[in-house]
Amino acid sequence: MFARTALLVLRKDFAIEVKSREILYTTLLFAVSCVLVFSIAFVKEGEPLEDAAAGILWIAIEFAGTLALGRTFERERYAETLRALLLAPAPRAAVYVGKMLGILVLLAVVELLLVPIVALLFHAPLFAQPFLLVVLLAVGTIGFSAVGALFAAMLVRARSRDVMLPILLYPMTVPVMIAGVRGTSALLQSPADTPMAVMWIGMLAALDVVFITLALWAFEPVMTE
Amino acid sequence: MRKAFVPLLVIAGAMFAYAPVMIAQAPFESTMGLVQKIFYYHAPSGMIMLLAALVCGVSSAVYLWGRKPGADHVAIASAELTALFGAIVMATGPLWAKKAWGIWWDWDPRLTMSFVGWMISLAYLFVRKYAGPGSDKLAAALAVFGSANVPFIYISVNVWRTMHPKTSVVPKLPPLMAGPFWFSFTALFLLFLLLMTARIHLEQQRAALDQMYLAEED
Repeated sequence: MFARTALLVLRKDFAIEVKSREILYTTLLFAVSCVLVFSIAFVKEGEPLEDAAAGILWIAIEFAGTLALGRTFERERYAETLRALLLAPAPRAAVYVGKMLGILVLLAVVELLLVPIVALLFHAPLFAQPFLLVVLLAVGTIGFSAVGALFAAMLVRARSRDVMLPILLYPMTVPVMIAGVRGTSALLQSPADTPMAVMWIGMLAALDVVFITLALWAFEPVMTE
Repeated sequence: MRKAFVPLLVIAGAMFAYAPVMIAQAPFESTMGLVQKIFYYHAPSGMIMLLAALVCGVSSAVYLWGRKPGADHVAIASAELTALFGAIVMATGPLWAKKAWGIWWDWDPRLTMSFVGWMISLAYLFVRKYAGPGSDKLAAALAVFGSANVPFIYISVNVWRTMHPKTSVVPKLPPLMAGPFWFSFTALFLLFLLLMTARIHLEQQRAALDQMYLAEED
């Protein structure tokens, strides 16, 4: 029941998105523009600053993720469909999981484009350790989406939600960002500092467990009017 | 607590008046000299900021899952005090750092963690103020997540080198410095208690007033 509801919510979001592709395209373009803006700040005489790539990658993911979260839930608010979802005789936590998976899939697509772009434009050997990089990106994105989906859902009915989301989300995801950036820059060293990267992946995994548990637990009381 | 409010206020006032004298009489630290005296405000404020943040996290959890309005009053009062004592820490820290380390700010574990904690308390207050109806539960969830974050930020930044003195400094203070330190701590703790009592009282009055308006409309 739980998994079925979550997958149904995911499928619903997916079906809407496939029709217009609005969120996907705007998020992708936004992420690329982010990288472009960073390149102006962090490239000096044609040479990118050392260690800039890891930070740029994660900041672009975080910014694009915030934008996507806002848009996804704006869509639900616009047609009052979130209320309908919450009224459905299904576990509320499953609705949350479905929403979170949607953001996760979207961000995964964004990362598919972002990683090569950052690797190319900032001469970063991001593909030297492909497996570890994928794991790191996965655990980091899960942590971000876990908090993001909960907060964006809470803010649906709030006033000035567009500003509130980054204000709440950025301080809250600081540990995810620290671990993501440090782990990636450990991978970018030559030779790659694998034990360090694995340590950060472990920390992100622990963080994911805490965030998801808390979010599953808090979603019900927070969304009850 | 409310009966003891005025006597405690007098005691706290007297302690704050006497604290500069006591701090002036404390011995100079051998390397930092006069600047080190800021420690008597900085460290106790930091301890009280952590205490307030802890109270806010626990009471928010109680409010979120127990639906007790009283817990919400405690949560908002302690969030405001976290922001207030955080502001003291954030103002005194760089002043001291500039003299002792030669820089205003360093991204070191303790500093990063305090900064993030302070930002979360400000975000909490923003939500309470600007997010409109239902913001109490929103803010409660924020506080719960914020408290869960603290250990992670602490561990993650601990992997870097650190400049900030460890907490083990406090129990090992020489007696002539420990006296003024615990005196300042007590004064600031009394201030915390007094402000907390006053703020909770205000919040209860506000809730009672809302109830009356609702009853009038019915």
